[in-house]
Amino acid sequence: MGFAMATSIKETTTWPNDGVSRVPYQIYTDPEIYAAEQEKIFRGPIWSFVGIEREIPEPGDYQTTYIGDTPVIVLRDLEGEVQVIVNRCAHRGNLVCIAKEGKATELTCVYHNWRYDLQGNLKSVAFGKGIGKKGGMPDDFDTAEHGMQRLRTDTFCGLIFATFSDDVAPLPEFLGDEMRENIERVLGRGMVLLGTYSQYMPNNWKLYMENVRDSYHASILHMFQATFRINRLSMKGGIKLSPDGWHHISYSIAETDKEEEQYDSKKLRAVKDGYTLADPTLVKGWREFDCGTTLAIQSIYPNFVVQQISNSLALRLCLPKGPEECELLWWVLGTDEDTDEQRNIRIKQSNMIGPGGVISMEDGVVGGWVQRGTKRDQDKMTIVEMGGRDVAPSAEGRATEVSIRGFWKGYRECMGI
Amino acid sequence: MHGNLTMDGAGNIAVDVRQQIEDLIVDYAHAVDDDRLEEWPEFFTDVCAYRIIDRHSHAKGRVIGIVECSSKGMLQDRILALREANVYEPHVYRHLLSGTRITGEEGGVYTVETSYAVIRTMQEGDMSVFSAGKYVDEVVFEGGRPLFRSRIVVCDSNRIHTLIVIPI
Repeated sequence: MGFAMATSIKETTTWPNDGVSRVPYQIYTDPEIYAAEQEKIFRGPIWSFVGIEREIPEPGDYQTTYIGDTPVIVLRDLEGEVQVIVNRCAHRGNLVCIAKEGKATELTCVYHNWRYDLQGNLKSVAFGKGIGKKGGMPDDFDTAEHGMQRLRTDTFCGLIFATFSDDVAPLPEFLGDEMRENIERVLGRGMVLLGTYSQYMPNNWKLYMENVRDSYHASILHMFQATFRINRLSMKGGIKLSPDGWHHISYSIAETDKEEEQYDSKKLRAVKDGYTLADPTLVKGWREFDCGTTLAIQSIYPNFVVQQISNSLALRLCLPKGPEECELLWWVLGTDEDTDEQRNIRIKQSNMIGPGGVISMEDGVVGGWVQRGTKRDQDKMTIVEMGGRDVAPSAEGRATEVSIRGFWKGYRECMGI
Repeated sequence: MHGNLTMDGAGNIAVDVRQQIEDLIVDYAHAVDDDRLEEWPEFFTDVCAYRIIDRHSHAKGRVIGIVECSSKGMLQDRILALREANVYEPHVYRHLLSGTRITGEEGGVYTVETSYAVIRTMQEGDMSVFSAGKYVDEVVFEGGRPLFRSRIVVCDSNRIHTLIVIPI
């Protein structure tokens, strides 16, 4: 172990000799690496989550979002097909859709009135024939050659994905059986959007994605459950990785079906004395899944998360906003099958997650502290060897950083370093 | 209740009631800014709502915002968590309030709106406008004291910078 990295990554395109158990700090701050990620990861061999189908139910409905830091339009065309189109006029590069959401029968650039259909095909150009036969586009200007950039798009389980890549495997294959199975388990009953919000963080996007994949920090950094003695011991859990290591699921399964009893404080670990919840209904839940899964944090490489924490279901997307900032978008969900009581439980449990979540708010701040702690020492490295130094496909228990190593395996494969 | 005592013939809110409601709103802000957070739940009725939600989501009728408390106990738990459990960089708020208006009264429940801005100052001195928006309140009188039955913090931005641990 030690510093095997002689010079900067971007010059040598090498990684520390210790493989994915070491990550150079430089990777969290360097603007050139950030730019390379946009090309090699976000426009590389991955499928990006861009929205949920039910948010654009009717032909013409659209939303604007980003893939990496490239603005895109997610829409349903007049034939009812979902399309994802780069939000940029082929003429001068102006944003075509400004609103975050809306309805349109065509896409018209406000700058010079270039008009596109909902598949991004250029239909007409204002003053294309000039004014009074003066000016206008050259005779050989062919509208068919100047459409907006339309991306490969697919959906799974109500989730919309798009990719810049012609080469990446079809979406089902990219996700793999085990990852699809979990998505279907959590989201397959008809998604109902209960809330959305955004958390803006002063750190590189990868620091957040490492945090998501890091099951080992949870009981250490997040003290809410321990403080109020609601940490449940009688659980087994582990890590699942996709065969290539790119995606992960960290899960817990209650070993008995007597979850209600486990909230009885006598059966819970007391870390600090004296604190109990004034309103314990905050952590009241129901056994939603026959398999007994009480927690499943799933990351789809590189920056998408499907969350089940007890009965709190959510999607998260971490968008890069320059080398040292990122924005975490949240979709908090229920299902078509929810009773009123179950809906209310989901609302209460939402207090545990997000930027104001009593359990997880620390995830919004710890990345910024790492960013500040590492900035000056670009030649040093972070240590990722809890639970070994390799990328094993699965692991018992959650005292492991194997899924972080899986992330870096995917990163290195995309970046070619 | 004060219901029949509060309006004059022209439907105006009695001056003393208006003053008590405005005092409630100001006292609340000072308690938070002065770090007297244990007093914060006491501005609410036992069964209450305290929500933080952005204006776009609020207009759409979303049922989940950034914070969703539905009892005084949940408010107390949040403060205990802030003191004992949560990890964050020390910071303080300064609330700027303006334009309180009482928009209605029905059965002793006053609906009130107040614009706010919160400036957040971090321990190293960084200052920023952390949140701006309006409070949408329902105020009732219990034992002669005005209390929030419901306080919805409708923030103009859907973005929260880093985290929110101190209530707005």
